[in-house]
Amino acid sequence: MDTLKRIKYEVITKAAKLALKGNRILSERKFKTPKRWRTDILAPPLKIGLRTKELVTRHYLEGRYAEGAKPVAWVTSGAPVEILKALGFYVLYPENHAALCGARRTALELCLEAEKSGYSMDICSYARCDFGALISGKTPVGKLPKPDLLLCCTNICQTVLYWYRVLEKHFNVPLVVIDTPFLYREAEEHHIEYVKNQLDKLVEVAERVSGKKLKFERLKETLRLSKMAAELWHEVIQTGKNVPSPISVFDQFIHMAPIVEMRGDAETVDFYAEMLKELQERIEKGVSAVVKERRRLLWDNLPIWYKLKFLSEFLAERGIAIVTSTYTNAWGELAPMMDPQRPIESMAKTYLYPILNRGVGHKLKTMKEMIKDYSLNGAILHSDRSCKPYSVGQIDERNRLISELGVPALLLEADHNDPRAYAEEQVRTRLSAFAEMLES
Amino acid sequence: MKRLFVGIDAGSTAVKVVVIDSEKRVLYTLIEDTKPFIEEQTGSILKAIREKFSGCEFFVTATGYGAQLVKEADKRVTEISCHARGAFFATGKKGTVIDIGGQDSKVIVVGNDGQVLDFVMNDKCAAGTGRFLENIAWRLKLSFKEMEELALSSREEVSISSTCAVFAESEVISMLAKGIELKKIVKGIHRALVKRITAMLYSVSFFPPLILSGGVARNRAVQKMIEEETGEKIIVPENPQITGALGAALSGL
Ligand code: SF4
Repeated sequence: MDTLKRIKYEVITKAAKLALKGNRILSERKFKTPKRWRTDILAPPLKIGLRTKELVTRHYLEGRYAEGAKPVAWVTSGAPVEILKALGFYVLYPENHAALCGARRTALELCLEAEKSGYSMDICSYARCDFGALISGKTPVGKLPKPDLLLCCTNICQTVLYWYRVLEKHFNVPLVVIDTPFLYREAEEHHIEYVKNQLDKLVEVAERVSGKKLKFERLKETLRLSKMAAELWHEVIQTGKNVPSPISVFDQFIHMAPIVEMRGDAETVDFYAEMLKELQERIEKGVSAVVKERRRLLWDNLPIWYKLKFLSEFLAERGIAIVTSTYTNAWGELAPMMDPQRPIESMAKTYLYPILNRGVGHKLKTMKEMIKDYSLNGAILHSDRSCKPYSVGQIDERNRLISELGVPALLLEADHNDPRAYAEEQVRTRLSAFAEMLES
Repeated sequence: MKRLFVGIDAGSTAVKVVVIDSEKRVLYTLIEDTKPFIEEQTGSILKAIREKFSGCEFFVTATGYGAQLVKEADKRVTEISCHARGAFFATGKKGTVIDIGGQDSKVIVVGNDGQVLDFVMNDKCAAGTGRFLENIAWRLKLSFKEMEELALSSREEVSISSTCAVFAESEVISMLAKGIELKKIVKGIHRALVKRITAMLYSVSFFPPLILSGGVARNRAVQKMIEEETGEKIIVPENPQITGALGAALSGL
């Protein structure tokens, strides 16, 4: 690594950190609900949003100066990132970056860039966004640092495998693939052993790339912080069990960025502790996320990033609160499996268990439990054109929720990042009809 | 003052209107092609109704894609609830409504009290809708009646493989170019539509009888094929195209 760049990185990021923090504290003091906020149907925005903004801005700002100053890795959302964190890597999540592009409505432009270069429209829109950003250099965050290492874990889908092979070719840097066998039932010893061996290999490669030796104590500490953040995130989600719920799924979508891309940082733990406090205060004061909460629903699958505001208002107008989701839950439910005393072994197991690496039966079971635990009246299953592993089985899941739990469920067709697969008029009709059905 | 209930179903192909009284007696019905300016069109329809039934008080419920454009509406209800209500009123029993509209098709499972138990709509594609037949009819320069009769008269049929309404059109053209008999093609087109509809039907837990509504429901070839494909008896209300408007009028009560 380049010493000069390192010094520049340290100076700029430290100064930026202070400035962003100062700015946030100031904004907290004069915190006001934005003028166009629909206070007639929604609770004021969570104050924690200012911190989310601070953390995310800082994360991408650090990225801008990380190249050459720090080892940089690009990783999938379900990657065993603690190893890289413990070795001092700057870690970038192309999926999160793509989600940000979705929420800022620049995803379509990037998808088109990728398609122009020959990538098929049938590829996941996260991957297309990433390719589009690579090809065009366009990104709402200014600049993405080039990776020194790529880490791809197949516990979410197979798309990432081909995606990261493209990145490998493009950047000509080492790619480590962690292959996680699909779990039809529980993980067997040999599954865990198989993943553990790959993690050992990852340590070797990452040490070589970073030029450092992994300190075991540091890894333990990172995993401890990851676990704490995941536990707190899970508690944050579970405040939704309260009727009325202080949190909506849309809040969760917005505030999940740190748990995905800043796992293993001490600040992420503080962040969720603070968020939990704010939600508990809401419960005490009787503040509900949807002002007139009459019906409570479950969301399945990824968010529709470019329609968060529309959907949240459209539903809130009808007294519908989407309280929780299988998606946001995925980053909390595995916390108990992490064991900082046995970092590599427990990571090998934990990273085998994400919801997308397990059969649809398990997802159905999770949904049923959530419907009971959160006292829900129904479910919306977003059939996401891009995300095949999440969407497969949804027709049966929907029917089983109806027949076995007696709750109504709606399949809503869209795409998490590509607005061309979304038809607003049709979404309106379906949601209004579903709302009428819930009331009858 | 006598109170009347107007239901307006402003669909993508036709505007349907039903007027009922508080005894649920149908006093007036109207079906008109949808014009580009629905707001003006429904405005003048309502004006005419007010003149016709002068001295009455009106409660207007709008449904359909143009519901937002019916400015005088006192209430707006989705087509799903309206079709369920209209069909339940017409048949008096629970069942499953299949509505094949101009722009979308839906399957609605209606419970014992006429309430919606479940529904599914076609996705963002026109292949399972009335527009599909309309496009092909236009291409072949045939009227709906002629399409229906050709389909009924043919014993054989070709299979249309394209699921896309636009591609199906070119498939039909190339079949004609190959000299395939028109009636076989027309029957194949009907089959393609019906297969799409029944696939939708099987994606929900439905129960008989099947009640057809919407403009396409009058097409006897479609009726027959749905029976063939599902093995279920179907019921077609007297005027299936006004089911939604009737339901809208009823929900004003
Ligand atoms: S296919 Fe699904 S799991 Fe895979 S990257 Fe895309 S959104 Fe993520």
